[in-house]
Amino acid sequence: MTFTETPNAVPAVEMQDITLRFPGVLANDHVNFTMYPGEIHALLGENGAGKSTLMNVLTGLYKPQSGEIRIHGKKVSFNSPKDAIANGIGMVHQHFMLVENQTVTENILIGLDTPRFALNLKKYDQEISHLADQFGIHIDPTARIWQLSVGEQQRVEILKILYRGADILIMDEPTAVLAPQEADELIETLKGMAAQGKAIAFISHKLTEVKQVADKLTVLRRGRVTAERKDLENFTRESLASLMVGREVIFNLHKCEQTAGREVLRLEDVSAVNNKNLPALRNVDLALHEGEILGIAGVAGNGQSELVEVITGLRECTGNIWLEGKNIANKPPAFSISHGLAHIPEDRIGVGSAPNLSLTSNIIMKRYDQAPVSQKWQLNYVAADALANGLKDEYDIQAPNVQTQARKLSGGNLQKLILARELSSAPRLVVAMQPTRGLDVGAIENVQQLLLNQRAQGCAILLVSEDLDELLSLSDRIAVMYEGHVVGTICSGDFDITKIGLMMTGTLPQDLPPEAEASKPVAVGSISEFDEVLDHVKDFERIDEASPAGQPVILSEEAAEEPCGDDTSPSEQLEDPDAGLTEKERVLRKVLGKKYQKGDEE
Amino acid sequence: MNWIEIFRSGISTGTVLLIASIGEILTERSGIQNLGVEGMMLLGAMAGFKVAYQTGNVWLGLLAAIAAGGLLSLAHALVTIHFQADQTVSGLSLTFLGTGLALVLGEGLTGLTAPVIPSASIPLLSKIPYLGPVAFANHNLLVYFGYLLVPLTWYYINRTRPGLHLRAVGENPAAADTLGVNIYRTRYIYTFLGGCFAGLAGAAISVAIAPGWYSNLTVNGQGFIAVALVIFASWNPWRAALGGYLFGVLRRFTLDLQGPRMLLGLANPFFFNTNLVFFLQMAPYILTIIALIWGSSAARKKRIGSPAALGVPYQRGERGL
Repeated sequence: MTFTETPNAVPAVEMQDITLRFPGVLANDHVNFTMYPGEIHALLGENGAGKSTLMNVLTGLYKPQSGEIRIHGKKVSFNSPKDAIANGIGMVHQHFMLVENQTVTENILIGLDTPRFALNLKKYDQEISHLADQFGIHIDPTARIWQLSVGEQQRVEILKILYRGADILIMDEPTAVLAPQEADELIETLKGMAAQGKAIAFISHKLTEVKQVADKLTVLRRGRVTAERKDLENFTRESLASLMVGREVIFNLHKCEQTAGREVLRLEDVSAVNNKNLPALRNVDLALHEGEILGIAGVAGNGQSELVEVITGLRECTGNIWLEGKNIANKPPAFSISHGLAHIPEDRIGVGSAPNLSLTSNIIMKRYDQAPVSQKWQLNYVAADALANGLKDEYDIQAPNVQTQARKLSGGNLQKLILARELSSAPRLVVAMQPTRGLDVGAIENVQQLLLNQRAQGCAILLVSEDLDELLSLSDRIAVMYEGHVVGTICSGDFDITKIGLMMTGTLPQDLPPEAEASKPVAVGSISEFDEVLDHVKDFERIDEASPAGQPVILSEEAAEEPCGDDTSPSEQLEDPDAGLTEKERVLRKVLGKKYQKGDEE
Repeated sequence: MNWIEIFRSGISTGTVLLIASIGEILTERSGIQNLGVEGMMLLGAMAGFKVAYQTGNVWLGLLAAIAAGGLLSLAHALVTIHFQADQTVSGLSLTFLGTGLALVLGEGLTGLTAPVIPSASIPLLSKIPYLGPVAFANHNLLVYFGYLLVPLTWYYINRTRPGLHLRAVGENPAAADTLGVNIYRTRYIYTFLGGCFAGLAGAAISVAIAPGWYSNLTVNGQGFIAVALVIFASWNPWRAALGGYLFGVLRRFTLDLQGPRMLLGLANPFFFNTNLVFFLQMAPYILTIIALIWGSSAARKKRIGSPAALGVPYQRGERGL
């Protein structure tokens, strides 16, 4: 079965019958993977399905036990990443491989032979910005990596590969770390590169995004191919999901109708500064009730993490935070925990767990001082293991046993471990930050359902997420944050992605344009609706120009262009990349606010 | 008090610290911390003096010192890079190993005299008022070598391809590895180089600045000062030079302070009260600690802190790969 558009073309990559066995795991079981120049090929699968392993075979990191690889029709055998680079293969790792305090140019030049001794950085700066222009990537080659946003750092990684002359690019979950705007820009860039004949493998488990970006698709499940080189049009979200997971995935979560109870959490005039000593929260007032999920929407870096930190006692603040009638502002976390606080942090490995400790130790972290785990001054490990085993079964944590180190768990299972610890203590308030980020569909469904179950039990939940779909489907109310303010709060009957999108850019609810106000409530769970927001923004910008007194809206037409517009030919954009990019730059600067400008200091 | 003489000898003794800390900067920039500088310096001082005494050729002595320091540092490299042992522990034991070796091999050298590094004046520069006699007149050649070493090292680290690889290995070895830089080889090279410089610094004492072999007292803790200086200098050769010379001047100044009976028209307390002298001797060290605290907090603000992978053994596949 071939799906080639041009039958005579030679595949850029042809991997046949790749089998790779790690001790105890069959990571790739006779996998075939074919990719032609000029296509974006999605490689889909749950965590642990063997996607990354397959790509690491292609980059020369692993040697397969059987099977063969052809690059542009020529049989190859890689012994190290250097061989793969020499064959034009480059990979953007999920965790960036960049040296923080070196400049963009320096990072790109590492490991090359060309500047023999003296680095003439100016010359290479020019060469690199020329290369960047060619692919419509906007970057300052003299900037240091730590000054760049995550999206810009990713562009450096892409440039690093392009500079080595690669024509086969592997992107390992490239959008997992990006804000929505940055993801859109990345997708634009990738489409532009494909139009210039690069073959791009796009590893992902975000279904909507895959539909948006890819031409072809290969799905892996437990090391086997379940769909090989298919056209994407023939699939729906549901059918893709069942190919990945091997069972039906219910996208409509079970959410019962219920009315919110009495107040659990109240924030009064809370302000705080961030790590740079700049104001991050400004006079925030919020209330949260029993059996209610309050979603916090906003572009990353608008005070969401600081909000979570002041509530969980990890950051100092001014103002009052009432949890069940007790003021927990500036109290140690232990105090809030004893009053029913549960925290599901954004950073699962660094904050949420102790990666080198066992499942049991991680489970008992909040109750080591309670019977039966605590026995006077000793720990009762028999009781602790029993407790951990019970929760492991209850929350379906996939691990050999409870002595396994937490760092050996996959992302989804680690998150389930954290949820098991936090939710099993019958909390009154759950503060969850990005609880499903980076998880695969099966795990996302699991985590979201667990949160909804807590809601059904009368728990109050503060859900911070950058995934608007998630917020819309779970929340009872959504509060939108912008530059540390809560711009406004919307109740579930009035959810309107247009309105939320505008508020995320700092527009006050009362300033919203009438047509946005009137537009229909949004059907839950469709990213394409976001384009609608941008259309409205265009309209609104015109209105705003007429009334200079209004709060400026900063999204421009350039950002409003459809991210998945397949008929906007990339070559057209490439003719004048600068005009478009400076516009985008402006948008990014505004939307990300201080966070973006920080990079310009010094 | 002769201010020109204080600065002159400050620069001269500061050269020892300068050379040792430049070596340690190179080592630490690759991600390896070697606390054994004291031991390598003492071994270098002994080897330099002994070879110069036995062969009558001071240059052979210098070579021997460089080789001795370098060889000793390879023990540290083997233990920390190959076997991935704790660098602090290995570095400290290297101090004991080096000191022990130097004392045993240097048995009987005390009181002997050996040839020393020749001194010279720079033709025109030495005529500059004040600066000339302080920095360019009648110094031994190693002092001038120190002047050259600073800009050259800075250029090497910041403006050359091997320097780029050195920094990448010390900051993010995983990234360098994916781009084909050999982490282990790089770290071996710079640990060895750091040892060579430490050996040379030791010889700079025993055959140039304070000629002779006085066992333990030859180096007298300067190796540890050099390690501290690296932090104070935030891994920058220019700041290391500044710190080294400053420390040299302070040490000489506190010595000279004890000399005269009268100071600023008053009886000199340091001349008459020997207990106060102890505090005076502490002063350079205390000032160095203060400078160190101030320097590192200033460095943190400007994000020029320690190399991110300093002290962390590298193992492929640990993370990210």
